[in-house]
Amino acid sequence: MAEMATNGESPEILFWVGCAGSFDDRYKAVTQAFVKILNKVGISFAVLGPEEACTGDPARRAGNEFLFQMQAVANIQVMNGYEVKKVVTACPHCFNTIKNEYPALGGNYEVIHHSQFLQQLINDGKVVLKGGGEFKGKKITFHDSCYLGRANDVYEAPREVIKALDVELVEMKRCRSKGLCCGAGGAQMFKEPEPGNKDINVERTEEALATGAAAIAVGCPFCLTMMTDGVKNKEREHEVKVYDLAEMIAKDMGI
Amino acid sequence: MSILPQIIFLIIFALAGYFLYKRVAYLKRNILLGKSESRNDQPEARWKTMLLVALGQQKMFKRLIPAILHIMIYVAFIVINLEVLEFVIDGLTGSHRIFAPYLGDLYGVAMNVFEVLAIAVLVSCIAFLIRRNVLRVPRLVKTELKGWPAMDANLILIIEIVLMVAILTMNATDQLLAARGIEGYVLLNGLFFSELIQPVFSGLSDTALVAIERFAWWFHIVGILAFAIYVTYSKHLHIFLAFPNTWYSNLKPKGEIENMPDVTKEVNMMLGIPVEGADEPPAEIARFGAKDINDLSWVNIMNAYSCTECGRCTAECPANITGKKLSPRKIMMDVRDRAEEVGKSIDQGGAGLEDGKSLLGDFITKEELNACTSCNACVEACPVNIDPLSIIIQMRRYVAMEESSTPAQWNAMFQNMETSFSPWKFAPTDRFNWADQLKNEELK
Repeated sequence: MAEMATNGESPEILFWVGCAGSFDDRYKAVTQAFVKILNKVGISFAVLGPEEACTGDPARRAGNEFLFQMQAVANIQVMNGYEVKKVVTACPHCFNTIKNEYPALGGNYEVIHHSQFLQQLINDGKVVLKGGGEFKGKKITFHDSCYLGRANDVYEAPREVIKALDVELVEMKRCRSKGLCCGAGGAQMFKEPEPGNKDINVERTEEALATGAAAIAVGCPFCLTMMTDGVKNKEREHEVKVYDLAEMIAKDMGI
Repeated sequence: MSILPQIIFLIIFALAGYFLYKRVAYLKRNILLGKSESRNDQPEARWKTMLLVALGQQKMFKRLIPAILHIMIYVAFIVINLEVLEFVIDGLTGSHRIFAPYLGDLYGVAMNVFEVLAIAVLVSCIAFLIRRNVLRVPRLVKTELKGWPAMDANLILIIEIVLMVAILTMNATDQLLAARGIEGYVLLNGLFFSELIQPVFSGLSDTALVAIERFAWWFHIVGILAFAIYVTYSKHLHIFLAFPNTWYSNLKPKGEIENMPDVTKEVNMMLGIPVEGADEPPAEIARFGAKDINDLSWVNIMNAYSCTECGRCTAECPANITGKKLSPRKIMMDVRDRAEEVGKSIDQGGAGLEDGKSLLGDFITKEELNACTSCNACVEACPVNIDPLSIIIQMRRYVAMEESSTPAQWNAMFQNMETSFSPWKFAPTDRFNWADQLKNEELK
């Protein structure tokens, strides 16, 4: 972003990578897949790079409002400094925080989740899918992330993206507004679960596996980790893969 | 004719009114122990939410069988209350079925409709009793319902059954008397259901029938008044509070957590951003987050009094499903129990909020709070738009900011965020490494 600003360019969108997208080895692949799609389509975009900081979502949800606001205000200053108008992110937590919680602190942007952005690209014919890729005709189930679904009522965009791949979308019993959490929200990602008789991600993975799907599609870095761990826990990682939507699209586009 | 019954009725009616008034004032005071919060924006959306969710029972239909059973009782409650109006006028004036002459044939139709509804209530209440006590539907037998809550639920169902039996008995005996040509009784053109039980009474003398009819009449009306007062002590209060509770729903996206302007002011001052009114001393030393009910908003406490303990929230809670201690229903019950404890203490001249107890610790433990994934499943599930998550977050704020007693792993996460601007311990300068990898890949 800094580079583009120096050259007097103003990109169409700011791609908010997020901490998982920047640091998590598995999710970096998602970031790269999404960037490949953007490049292929020829979208002018920028990233903040080292100027990006955690949105503060886990701090706020763990109760540390000071830390949340410190992160948020710093991010807003950076984004407002670059006169950012439109933000796209592959993380529903970042999406929710920037979209719904930054306005109260002076950050007003149009915020779009990458599932919605991908759906637009497909609808506009900018992303042309071959539909003959490795997913063709296979059963795929989609796991709703809480912060995309219930929190922001985005249920259809990710499903439209999956359907565009010419696959058989199979739903879990608890889907859409009744979707079961992967267990990572509310800062749970960053601590061990409280005592109980089962891990939430195992409960959810069992439900996903019961659909007979060959792959579990997600749209959230935390869900990706939790579902992948769940599949490993069930020792099914060789047959059932967990993918982010952007990865599936990039694969189909052969990039 | 003696006017004694009228005087007795007037006294009972006035006393019931007085007690109800006292109870409503008490509940209102308890709810207002919470902090003020303005939720009067978007009146159009609020009316719409109330009409759909409370009046229209929209969210009940996520579970079809209980929704159908519930709507029968609900419709009966509203419609049969029209008959109560006649009861009250009859009671005060000494008349008998005062509306009958005015409505003509329609009156008989109305009475038949009421009887159909009374039967619907009987069927539903028996079904609900079976669900609770025989089928033992999991959400209706969870640990937080042991003792009074389970008793309360069964009592309500039994009272409703008894009240409906009283109506049917009254109609059956009343029509027998009318058929025998006793003066003062109006013969209607056949009441389907109560005629079915007439054989039970047909062998009795006129005097006995009059006595039974009067007893059933008095039992029904006094029962309804007593029930109205009982409701204010019970989870059954949802029949009234569902309406304001849905009107004051949170209309924002569920994922949005309310900002804390006090914190914003301090953060801005720390970062050197100009703050309005920065020179003014803070009005009072505010507590961050919620330790007790007076730290919560009045809406949170109204939510607690609106809860009818159906447990749809707990049944959908991922933490509860996997055996964690958290139950969103228990959070609501705890808030109400604490509000009751404080309210009663204040009325008895006791210590009230200063009784050395608090919502956090004495009612809700940190283990429960820490188990929440903030997934909003409980909020989505509640048929009257109660928001347990709002309470959990406010209590987490107290734990984090006033007690600094969040779990160690969260403290580590906070520290990472403070030092390297990420919940994980990575160097901020490595944020762009994925792009280098991508470039290398492309070069290959």
